[in-house]
Amino acid sequence: MASVSIRNLDLSFGSVNVLKNLDLDIEKGEFLVLLGSSGCGKSTLLNCIAGLLDVSAGQIFISDKNVTWEEPKDRGIGMVFQSYALYPQMSVEGNLAFGLKNAKVPKDEIATRIKRAAEVLHIEPLLQRKPSQLSGGQRQRVAIGRALVRDVDVFLFDEPLSNLDAKLRAELRVELKRLHRQLENTTMIYVTHDQIEALTLADRIAIMKEGSIQQLADPHTIYNKPTNLFVAGFIGSPSINLIDGSIENDKAPVFNCSSGTINLKSYEFAAPVNAGKAVLGVRPEHVATGAAARALSFNTEVVIDVVEPMGSDTLIWTTLGADEFRFRVGGQTNLAPGETVLIGFDPAAASLFDHETELRL
Amino acid sequence: MSAQARPSQLFKNLNAKIASIPMILTALVVFVGGTFWTILYSFTDSKLLPRLRFVGLDQYERLWSAPRWLTSIENLLIYGILSLIFSLVIGFLLAALLDQKIRFEDTFRTIFLYPFALSFIVTGLVWQWILNPDFGVQKVVRSLGFDSFVFDPLYNSDIVIYGILIAGLWQGTGLIMCLMLAGLRGIDEDIWKAARVDGIPMWKTYLFIVIPMMRPVFITTLVIIASGIVKLYDLVVAQTGGGPGIASEVPAKYVYDFMFRAQNLGQGFAGSTMMLLSVAIVIIPWAYLEFGGKKRV
Amino acid sequence: MSDPTLSSAGAAATVGSPGLVSGPAGPRPRRRFSRRNIFLYGTLFVIAVYYLLPLYVMVVTSLKGMPEVRLGNIFSPPVEITFEPWVKAWSEACTGLNCDGLSRGFWNSVRITVPSVILSIAIASINGYALANWRFKGSETFFVILIFGAFIPYQVMLYPIVILLREIGLYGTLWGLVIVHSIFGMPILTLLFRNYFTSLPEELFKAARVDGAGFWGIYFRIMVPMSLPIFVVAMILQITGIWNDFLFGVVYTKPDIYPMTVQLNNIVNSVQGVKEYNVNMAATILTGLVPLVVYFVSGKLFVRGIAAGAVKG
Repeated sequence: MASVSIRNLDLSFGSVNVLKNLDLDIEKGEFLVLLGSSGCGKSTLLNCIAGLLDVSAGQIFISDKNVTWEEPKDRGIGMVFQSYALYPQMSVEGNLAFGLKNAKVPKDEIATRIKRAAEVLHIEPLLQRKPSQLSGGQRQRVAIGRALVRDVDVFLFDEPLSNLDAKLRAELRVELKRLHRQLENTTMIYVTHDQIEALTLADRIAIMKEGSIQQLADPHTIYNKPTNLFVAGFIGSPSINLIDGSIENDKAPVFNCSSGTINLKSYEFAAPVNAGKAVLGVRPEHVATGAAARALSFNTEVVIDVVEPMGSDTLIWTTLGADEFRFRVGGQTNLAPGETVLIGFDPAAASLFDHETELRL
Repeated sequence: MSAQARPSQLFKNLNAKIASIPMILTALVVFVGGTFWTILYSFTDSKLLPRLRFVGLDQYERLWSAPRWLTSIENLLIYGILSLIFSLVIGFLLAALLDQKIRFEDTFRTIFLYPFALSFIVTGLVWQWILNPDFGVQKVVRSLGFDSFVFDPLYNSDIVIYGILIAGLWQGTGLIMCLMLAGLRGIDEDIWKAARVDGIPMWKTYLFIVIPMMRPVFITTLVIIASGIVKLYDLVVAQTGGGPGIASEVPAKYVYDFMFRAQNLGQGFAGSTMMLLSVAIVIIPWAYLEFGGKKRV
Repeated sequence: MSDPTLSSAGAAATVGSPGLVSGPAGPRPRRRFSRRNIFLYGTLFVIAVYYLLPLYVMVVTSLKGMPEVRLGNIFSPPVEITFEPWVKAWSEACTGLNCDGLSRGFWNSVRITVPSVILSIAIASINGYALANWRFKGSETFFVILIFGAFIPYQVMLYPIVILLREIGLYGTLWGLVIVHSIFGMPILTLLFRNYFTSLPEELFKAARVDGAGFWGIYFRIMVPMSLPIFVVAMILQITGIWNDFLFGVVYTKPDIYPMTVQLNNIVNSVQGVKEYNVNMAATILTGLVPLVVYFVSGKLFVRGIAAGAVKG
């Protein structure tokens, strides 16, 4: 059975339903990221798993034990917070030891655990310092250490890197990934609004919106086969191009839009093909130009509007038919505004969504 | 850039300077000037009118050998120390109780704070009435059958200052509660969550994590209470008038009586200078700690 | 009324949802009358009763006749309600000098409080505005002196002010007391306004200057209209503070313009005559009524005022 299971979870504050009939199974040793914009319920869900919030209905299992009514300390979890939440008047060592002392763990056992955690997190030289004498990155390491010494199977992270600057965030991200690999069989549940963090860290991502999970899948699937328009638009920067049109299915399925007809022969349909209004999503990096475009099943000429060089690559803004259209080329391009260029893409890498239901076709 | 000469510094911002004249006068003439004037004249033998005939430390010697002044100081110390301890403890406990996500929080807070809106005169008179042995608590308890019950703090020289303390605490703890509650609400919510995940019982979280985190709040509150204690005057006037005898005299009353009743200004000035000194002993270290390195006030 | 956080739920296992396994489900079971709640609300209730008791005693005593006060229990409600003590306190009680009751003190207090509140707020808001937006060399120094001045015991400055007021011919007059209140209200109010004006976006001030508005133009047309809440807070602070003042009233006024608190004390603590406790309590309530009304009406703003005014001590 799974490491963490959530069954039919509901949470409401008064008349506001924050979480709606949520089901989620997380495997042992898995790194699961809860991703969504603020107010989507991701932190609320994490607090429910931790036992910091009382659920309105449903059950939560951790390591096969029904913990729905358990206190946080008895759930076998460790938690790391965005604001670090270190106890400011205690030394780093005191912070790590305080919970253990309360749980009446023997002294030498506490010392061993602190030593091990300090080694793993490279905070041995900081043990005697106060949190106020530490940098943001060091504080977050200590906060992780406080979860680590609890010797638990499930780690909960509530936007742990959001208070750090970009450079530190990237460093700690890698370290977290390393830590997860180092601690075998440790389940990690990680809340963030940052899609890069989600894509880089996760074994699976759960994208949330308005209290329910939109899609739960590995990063590759989430990125390439988004299950609905919301997920497609949420993931990816620059964001996906969306082209309005309609599907016709006489002999072979085709997509008709203002800039022409696109043959959908190579597209893997998720459901039996039905004719009707639809939206085609094309990622900016799945667009080819020039000679490469000519070889693809769909190509057309566009006039370049704006060129945005970004160093490693360049973003080109054009219009395709009636829609704004962006695509990505290498950093060394010599394309200039006003030029006409041939672009093309393979429908196999694109995503089709129903116009009404916004679900993937 | 104009070729004109820069206008004189004095006239720059002239309107602001004119508008600040009341503040400048108050700061320099009343606060600084008045304080130095009083200190200066405390070394004279001024009686009915201030006059500059210096007598060295005579006034202070007389002050510190006056039984009434010594009683005043003793009372102030007892009242001050106990009021500090009880205000902080009760204020914090009330704030902690109100911080338990309770219902009717606003109602309770309103009740605990309303005495603070009342003047010390009103406070003193109410408690004078409640503590009146012939009509108040003592009589009520006696009428219940405890005939020998004695509770007459305002008529017993040994404990009269505690009777004043009861009234003072009733009036002032609401304010301390409000300050403490604001401090508690300022604690990061995540700290509480972390402590819960760590399995730390609530009282331990308060004692070892939250209270140490509220150190600045406690210090500010301490300064507020301390500087208020020195001013203790109206309450005593209303509740006991300094009696029985001189048993509940306080320095502020001593100063007033010598300045405006006994026509012995020099004694009044010496007494008030001592009051200033005691405030300075509290304020200066605090200001140094609080604003020492920083320039902001 | 059922409160979701307190009501006893937790029987969710019976809501046979397919995914649920038997065992704990839904919210933790919680009893409305848990030991913790009984302790919590019990303690709060007892303390609340203690805090309310003096108010209650004042009211019941003031509604009893003297015979009932002498015989009865101060906590028992009046058997026969009479408003005579109130009438007497208002218009007949004696202070030793005259016997026209507290009404004189009430009107004196009104005549002192109204101009004092207006003047002190006007001065302090302009000070705060100058300190926030028009700093000049030395302005911060004066401000620091002002704030430290708030901690100096009043007794130190009492007599120098007597001399100053005598020099300008206002000692013993109502206007003299108004000036005293404006002086001693200045530190805290200036701090209050300075902090508030500093928190307003500076761009607003800059934009107005670019548009050609001057010191007074910006103050009256931008700062004052934007700062009504802080003006209300300052008013609450000053009305209660000045109304409750005793020391300055005693020192700087003459008996015929004594404020209400001084007159109240003279009535209750006068040694002549028979003590009429019911009249005394009625007089006490009457004196406390204005700040109490301000307090109950203003609610949260009062809390904000004292939190801001806490520095005053």
